Amino acid sequence: MTTTHDDETRMDDGERDDLTVAAVTIGRRGLLRAAALGGIGLGVLGALTETVAAASQPATTTPSSPTKQWCMIIDLRLCNGCKLCTTACQTAHYLHEDQTWMNVYTMQNAAGEDYFMPRPCMMCEDPACVPVCPVGANFRTDEGLVLVDQNKCIGTRICMNACPYDARYFNWTAPLPAPRQPFKQEPEWPVPQVIGTVGKCINCAAMLPSGQLPECVSNCPMGVLYFGDLTSDVAVNGMGATVKISTFLAENDAVVFKEEYGTHPRVYYIPGHGQDLNNNPSAS
Amino acid sequence: MTDVLDPVSTGRAKPGNADLRAVAMRPVLETPGWWWPAVVVLGAVVVLGVVAWVYQVANGLGVAGYGDGAFWAIYEANLVAFIGVSYGGAVVSAILRLTHAEWRAPLTRIAEATALVTLPIGMVFIIPHLGSPSRVWELVWPTYWNLSSPILWDFFAVSTYLLATIVFFYLPLIPDAAIALERFDVEPTSGRLRVRQSLYRVLVGRFGGTPYERRRLNGAIGLVAIMIIPMAVSVHSVLSFAFASSSRAGYLETILPVYFVVAALYSGVALVVLTVAASRRLFHLEAFITPRHFVRLGFLMIAFGAAYLYLTFTEYLIDGYSGTTGAAAWVYQIVAGRYAIPFWLYFFAGGVIPLVIMAFRRLRTTTGVVVASTLVVLSLWIKRLVIVIPPATEPLVNSPLKSAGVLAGNWGTYHFTWVPISITVAATAAIPLLLLVVFRFVPILSMAEIEEIDEAHERATVQEVGA
Repeated sequence: MTTTHDDETRMDDGERDDLTVAAVTIGRRGLLRAAALGGIGLGVLGALTETVAAASQPATTTPSSPTKQWCMIIDLRLCNGCKLCTTACQTAHYLHEDQTWMNVYTMQNAAGEDYFMPRPCMMCEDPACVPVCPVGANFRTDEGLVLVDQNKCIGTRICMNACPYDARYFNWTAPLPAPRQPFKQEPEWPVPQVIGTVGKCINCAAMLPSGQLPECVSNCPMGVLYFGDLTSDVAVNGMGATVKISTFLAENDAVVFKEEYGTHPRVYYIPGHGQDLNNNPSAS
Repeated sequence: MTDVLDPVSTGRAKPGNADLRAVAMRPVLETPGWWWPAVVVLGAVVVLGVVAWVYQVANGLGVAGYGDGAFWAIYEANLVAFIGVSYGGAVVSAILRLTHAEWRAPLTRIAEATALVTLPIGMVFIIPHLGSPSRVWELVWPTYWNLSSPILWDFFAVSTYLLATIVFFYLPLIPDAAIALERFDVEPTSGRLRVRQSLYRVLVGRFGGTPYERRRLNGAIGLVAIMIIPMAVSVHSVLSFAFASSSRAGYLETILPVYFVVAALYSGVALVVLTVAASRRLFHLEAFITPRHFVRLGFLMIAFGAAYLYLTFTEYLIDGYSGTTGAAAWVYQIVAGRYAIPFWLYFFAGGVIPLVIMAFRRLRTTTGVVVASTLVVLSLWIKRLVIVIPPATEPLVNSPLKSAGVLAGNWGTYHFTWVPISITVAATAAIPLLLLVVFRFVPILSMAEIEEIDEAHERATVQEVGA
């Protein structure tokens, strides 16, 4: 984990930045589809498309309706490693015990003491998993969510190879049976999981439009996890605390995980090792 | 014509054209007593593999020993290994053809047939590799294609290579089919003859064997021979991209494409030695395939073997020396950690011992070369496991301070189960099975090629005598 000094600037003109990113993504996807249909050769496309797509976007383009840009903030000063987030996630999505979409890693600080680090999907702005899929089963939504279409996935697992965060979990065996769901089986709510396809944290995408927080966030008793929207610059945690994202990240020297991989995660960590656990105002 | 071993020519005692044609056509015309039992046994092994695969489809890839801690393993290694050995056919045939190494002539058909059967078997490993094999059609359906995916590049490259391999097998077969057709140019007395007759008619097409046609055909073969070499290099390079184009230590190696190409050449020539040795014994080709052939193939093989050892050494030295968390831990696990046994097994059985065998005249007999080749084929398969599995079991989220965790604790484990082992054994059995079937229909020696080289030599001798 490295400190990022870009974070502040990134947040300041966050809105403009994010809209550009969304537009470029659409352009790239559209162009790739056109290229596939036209049967153009492979090779340099990856490098080329970005430039071409960016150049072909008029500078004044604005989306027809404002979109959310979801993000997560994880305050490592408060995590006690209870793993209720993991359990809540697995219960909601009917996952096997080893399918820890929200995984809590046990780390070690300089004094040799253990501390804990929750790891959801990083919802990268430049996800490594998306371009490698041969059938385009991975995609990134306009709202910044990286999702998997399990009705398309052929199970090559090259996305598991590409993800630098070990955030992807395959359905090696039959998934747990799930009762009838409020949402249909779709990338925004892949329940039940599909055998032979890859699954991952979805930030509970289907629950977001109705204003519900992801299961892990609402079930964190320590208020470690914040979920928010970069366009409105507001995030809340499961204890009801509300923060202004840009100020909160800047004041607490937030970092992103494995910044050197160039994935631009939308999950921000506030460095720490559980030191605030003893004087946590929100913990009862 | 003297009955001596001619070192510059095909290197065989010259028994004349009639003998050549009789020997080359014997497997087509006669069914040896062991043929049906062999086909039934090998076929049963293949069926067992299919049963194992059906079981895997019903129960998920978990029954094949996979898990999130080992997402790629034996099937991916098999894919690389089987497509790799198919390279041997291209080398022996194309490179030796282009360098006018005339001793290749009795080997080309067997080498090309080996490539022809191993490549599709390697491609078939895409199916058990996939989590959802019922959706494999998405790979051939253009609206699903995501052209930025290395797996799709793989698919295109291997498919193109398959086409080239089929053409490269077919073109030299045309004049042979014409020769064979002469034999069957009688009223067919059995269904078996009728089948072969119509097959050869289709293969020959309108080829009439005139000098002009033969020149054009040789030109075409030369062109395909030139094309198939860069094509094979690109296939094995692209195959490595699926691994190398990631951020994972151990896969992210710029040396990997070269490494894959050399490994393919090495194991490919070794497999050609084995198929040539088996064909020689089973179909009595001793008059045409001599111990010299094995020694020459052995030298070719060991040149690639030495290059492969060198690449292995540089890769592990540099990554290990760098001391970066991921790469150094990966090298440590391979040379001294949990993957040390398979790695050193490759090093001695697939690297050192074959070198020793080929280094000493007393050891590089036909048996010696066959033993070395067997070791190479097996240990290069193990080496592919060592390439594929360690990075796939590597933990990527680690406490920077828990170095012990990086080196030992958190690594995933691949568990071999009966399912992938059955499928692997079945694929291995499919090689001799398909070769036995191919040589039931196709002359086992490239008759036209051998005769052409002999004729050229005779002309040269006549000119010398005349002058």
